[in-house]
Amino acid sequence: MTTELFIQGNEACAMGAIKAGCRFFGGYPITPSTEIAEYLSINLPKVSGSFVQMEDEISAIGSVIGASWAGIKSMTATSGPGFSLMQENIGFAMISETPLVIVDVQRGSPSTGQPTMVGQGDMMQARWGSHGDYEPIAISPSSVQEFFDFTLEGFNLAEKYRVPVIILADEIIGHMREKISLQDKIETFKRVMPKEGPETFLPFKNIENGTNPMLSFGDGYNIHVTGLTHNELGYPSTMSPEDHSNLVKRLVNKILKNRNDIVSCDFKYCDDADIILISYGASARSIMGTVKIGRNTGIKIGYFKMNTIWPFPEDEIAKISENVDDLIVVEMNLGQMVHEVERIVKDNAKVHLFSEIGGTLPKPEDILNKVRELL
Amino acid sequence: MSVKIYKYCVGVEMIKEIRIGGFGGQGVILSGIIIGKAAALFDNKNSVQTQSYGPEARGGASKTEVLISDEEITYPKVKNPDILVVMSHESLLKYHKDLKEEGILISDPDLVHLDVISDFIDKNKIKVYEANVTKVAKEDIGLKIVANIVMVGVITKITNIISVNSVKKAIIDTVPKGTEDKNIAAFESGYNIF
Repeated sequence: MTTELFIQGNEACAMGAIKAGCRFFGGYPITPSTEIAEYLSINLPKVSGSFVQMEDEISAIGSVIGASWAGIKSMTATSGPGFSLMQENIGFAMISETPLVIVDVQRGSPSTGQPTMVGQGDMMQARWGSHGDYEPIAISPSSVQEFFDFTLEGFNLAEKYRVPVIILADEIIGHMREKISLQDKIETFKRVMPKEGPETFLPFKNIENGTNPMLSFGDGYNIHVTGLTHNELGYPSTMSPEDHSNLVKRLVNKILKNRNDIVSCDFKYCDDADIILISYGASARSIMGTVKIGRNTGIKIGYFKMNTIWPFPEDEIAKISENVDDLIVVEMNLGQMVHEVERIVKDNAKVHLFSEIGGTLPKPEDILNKVRELL
Repeated sequence: MSVKIYKYCVGVEMIKEIRIGGFGGQGVILSGIIIGKAAALFDNKNSVQTQSYGPEARGGASKTEVLISDEEITYPKVKNPDILVVMSHESLLKYHKDLKEEGILISDPDLVHLDVISDFIDKNKIKVYEANVTKVAKEDIGLKIVANIVMVGVITKITNIISVNSVKKAIIDTVPKGTEDKNIAAFESGYNIF
């Protein structure tokens, strides 16, 4: 059966989280993400879940890490300023391989910037915000339906790869209302218990596919969880070049070697296009609108919508750049993902930036003017 | 997750853009939600509703925008409204400038003085409707606070974008339990003003 609702993006995100099996939210409310906390504070207790408003964001993500190790699917929601404050513990979640979901509803930045206006300034922070080598998963919704679907998918990816997943939403997608369809049957990922007993199990084993079974406190195994470089048993091993190299390479490769399973993109009208527009989040709606108007006036343009931001959809971008002269990256910052596109496209095509900041969504007509300049 | 590749299917986007402005506390955002919901859930169309954020506190300027289309809506923001509804003078001054030529302007004459933009109205051949929704809400229903729903009735009648039955379903689906009858009565009073 399918249920149809007309709801706000932030509500859809919170509903998706509950559907995914999330039963813990620890957070500190911030515009424009507050409705997620609001919805979950009302609805998590109804499904025997817990909602905790913490004293700040670093403790919020700390509580989420703890809840996840207690065996509960857990999340937090914030915006750029709060996401900045979480970075230290995000690094801890990366090295301790703690599955969790962080929703970042982006607003105008830097700093406290424009609380009620849209922005996409946190793309690189999602990638490099904490120190060191690591590979996050970040996905970016462009509709209310996708905010529901991607939150659900985010929990599944977090559990499957034992990694923090960042949902990079924005104020427009968070606050607009659209129709969504909810399926009764939804696939959720269940934590895998180890086959070995407590005496022989290595919780951080250097295995081929990189992801070990996730134990919880209370399962009967002694687990040591630390931010220090650790050996396969989980105990600190900070002086061994081999242990450090094995650990960090495994953390990175468990994501990069499964890129094909993780990455998702939507193409349209790219086959015969002279110019392809690339975007994500709310501004993906702008390029979809641009292509609609452009094609109706005989301009051969297509669009490429990145659903997955990290790991970066390298193969897909390389492929679409083979047969076009120009690519235009549309984003609501002064140029972040455009550098990633340039890194992949190299000399295959010219990469241009259409940037708009200040809290307004790029208008299809303005993007089309840029397209006309290139034709 | 997977990669989806779509085949070509280009169509002309026929979108109706509605903007409703007023002051916080009048329920203009709720009226936008009802119109969007009526179109999306009960008229089988597509719609997107957005709103000004922050000043919902009583007295501040408040705005909601709704896009309605038979096709998929890509760009989710209003560019040039086909229909502008104003329930405060401040919102008239703030939001009238990008109203489409020959667009529809609906106002509550007890709260809005249209004479200050009479040049704009003449120049752009704006179709003006004055609906005293606050007075009707007070006299017919005995409740000033249902003026927004009276206005939804006016919008439904004048614009013909959403159907009467769908709006009624959306009202019942949206308003607080126990207030359905008063709200439906308010809608009907509004629908019968013109």
